[in-house]
Amino acid sequence: MTEITSLSLFELIKSIKEKKISSYEAAKSFVDRSEKSKKLNAYVTENFENCLKISKKFDSNPNFDLKLPGIPIAVKDLFCTNEVRTTAGSNILNNFVPNYESTVTQNIWNEGGILLGKLNCDEFAMGSSNETSFFGNVQNPIAKDLVPGGSSGGSSSALAANLTPVTIGTDTGGSIRQPASFTGTVGLKPTYGSCSRYGIVAFASSLDQAGPMSKDVKDSSILLEVISSFDKKDSTSIDFKRNNYSSELTRNIKGIKIGIPKEYRVDGMSDEIENLWKKGIEYAKDCGAEIIDISLPHTSYALPTYYIVAPAEASSNLARYDGVKYGLRSSGESLIDMYEKTRSEGFGEEVKRRIMIGTYVLSSGYYDAYYLKAQKVRQLIKQDFDQAYNKVDAILTPSTPSSAFKIGEKSNDPVSMYLNDIFTVPVNLAGLPGISIPAGTDKNNYPLGLQIIGKPFDEQTVLNIAYSMEEKINYKNNITDWWME
Amino acid sequence: MTIDLKTVKHISKLARISLEEKKAEKLANDMNSIFEFIEKLNELKTENVEPLTSLAKTTLRFREDKITSKNIREKILKNSPEKNDDFFVVPKVVE
Repeated sequence: MTEITSLSLFELIKSIKEKKISSYEAAKSFVDRSEKSKKLNAYVTENFENCLKISKKFDSNPNFDLKLPGIPIAVKDLFCTNEVRTTAGSNILNNFVPNYESTVTQNIWNEGGILLGKLNCDEFAMGSSNETSFFGNVQNPIAKDLVPGGSSGGSSSALAANLTPVTIGTDTGGSIRQPASFTGTVGLKPTYGSCSRYGIVAFASSLDQAGPMSKDVKDSSILLEVISSFDKKDSTSIDFKRNNYSSELTRNIKGIKIGIPKEYRVDGMSDEIENLWKKGIEYAKDCGAEIIDISLPHTSYALPTYYIVAPAEASSNLARYDGVKYGLRSSGESLIDMYEKTRSEGFGEEVKRRIMIGTYVLSSGYYDAYYLKAQKVRQLIKQDFDQAYNKVDAILTPSTPSSAFKIGEKSNDPVSMYLNDIFTVPVNLAGLPGISIPAGTDKNNYPLGLQIIGKPFDEQTVLNIAYSMEEKINYKNNITDWWME
Repeated sequence: MTIDLKTVKHISKLARISLEEKKAEKLANDMNSIFEFIEKLNELKTENVEPLTSLAKTTLRFREDKITSKNIREKILKNSPEKNDDFFVVPKVVE
């Protein structure tokens, strides 16, 4: 039999339901492999003993009707977990132990999932390489000293290294799709309002969405079905009829219209990415899709818009870290002095940079010139998509402008780091669903991903196209376990 | 436009983040290169565009104003860096 840790979620559920393996055996396999994989630095907090205990409890009275029967799952450390430390990759939350549970993780535990541990991420999800985490770099299992992407870098690394069968991340500007692309895995950002934001450490509230990350498309459909729910505790959660994504998954996409936006052919795009995209178009045609050229004229304004809207919202959200109610406190002579020292010592460089930008664009005299302007351009970007969707059902683009880069390569140049998200950011600004699937490799054999963007609330079409193309692409990660102890 | 050191210090006051002189200089440089990149938005005429303030088409929901979690004072206080019985403690505010 194949090793338990290399099974897909679907296969793992099947094996547990057929009693070929127990929940404890599954948990033990992932715990053992995680114990031997410390060099990846994927975990911030381990929940291994608890996980084994709960899996035994599951086995003594199993409920096989659940969607995730006794399945161990590690999650990004941005989700608040009751009585388990939640850091958001920040020093300021180093000792924070929530007394409540995020809705998304609660949905997972309700369906039989068991928490394996909390996974490393960029500090407050601000980053594209996992290098801004207070808890250090994460290694990409694809090759040594390669970034796993970010901000859900611990999630993508743990998933690609088979330390967890599936995982969840959050995506504000590409933080699920870019790390999925960098590690040869699948990552889905659902429509804004599909998954509850309750209990997720907030970064930019009008952009943040939780979503599944998995080894294949089917697994993402299973996990999306579990985590997507209407939630009164999130004021922007949307009450719409959710599909049974996994049972409605089909490879029949004949006649589906897929748009190719010419503006994504950006200046200086490498031949590798260009060729990958062309190959993707051929695969989509092979699957029976109709390819249509479209235009999204405001694409090049998406990143500048994002770098006003996201820091503005972040500066407001992060005002709560004041050293009083929870988190780090530095000593100061007065209340204000205490605030200033706490925030200076508690936040890392990138977070401070974004708070400063956000504070600036919201400050008196600059609001209209920056924040209001950005909100207007955001409207234009959304209208581009609305118009495109009169002609097509989905859009196909590359996920990222390059493959994974080396640790340290871009950390001194914020703008070049930001450019990583050029293809993913517009999707967040317009609140659309988007998935990244592995589609090939570059000259170094590092994975490259393709992105499929859908209409709002049409995750099913996005998943179906991905599922169909995945079969034709037939991508396999080539991982050597070089980090294992 | 450029953001000078004085502006950076003013913003850091507003953001309640203390800054060393050396760090302030680097931050000014970083912010300038980011704003250079942001200025691209000025190419667009947006006088007649409605700002997008929310992706949700519906208005915010109302809920009853009633307490849903009870007796959590101790749990809430547990995460506080400094407390005194049932209170959060902060440095002296009034002389």
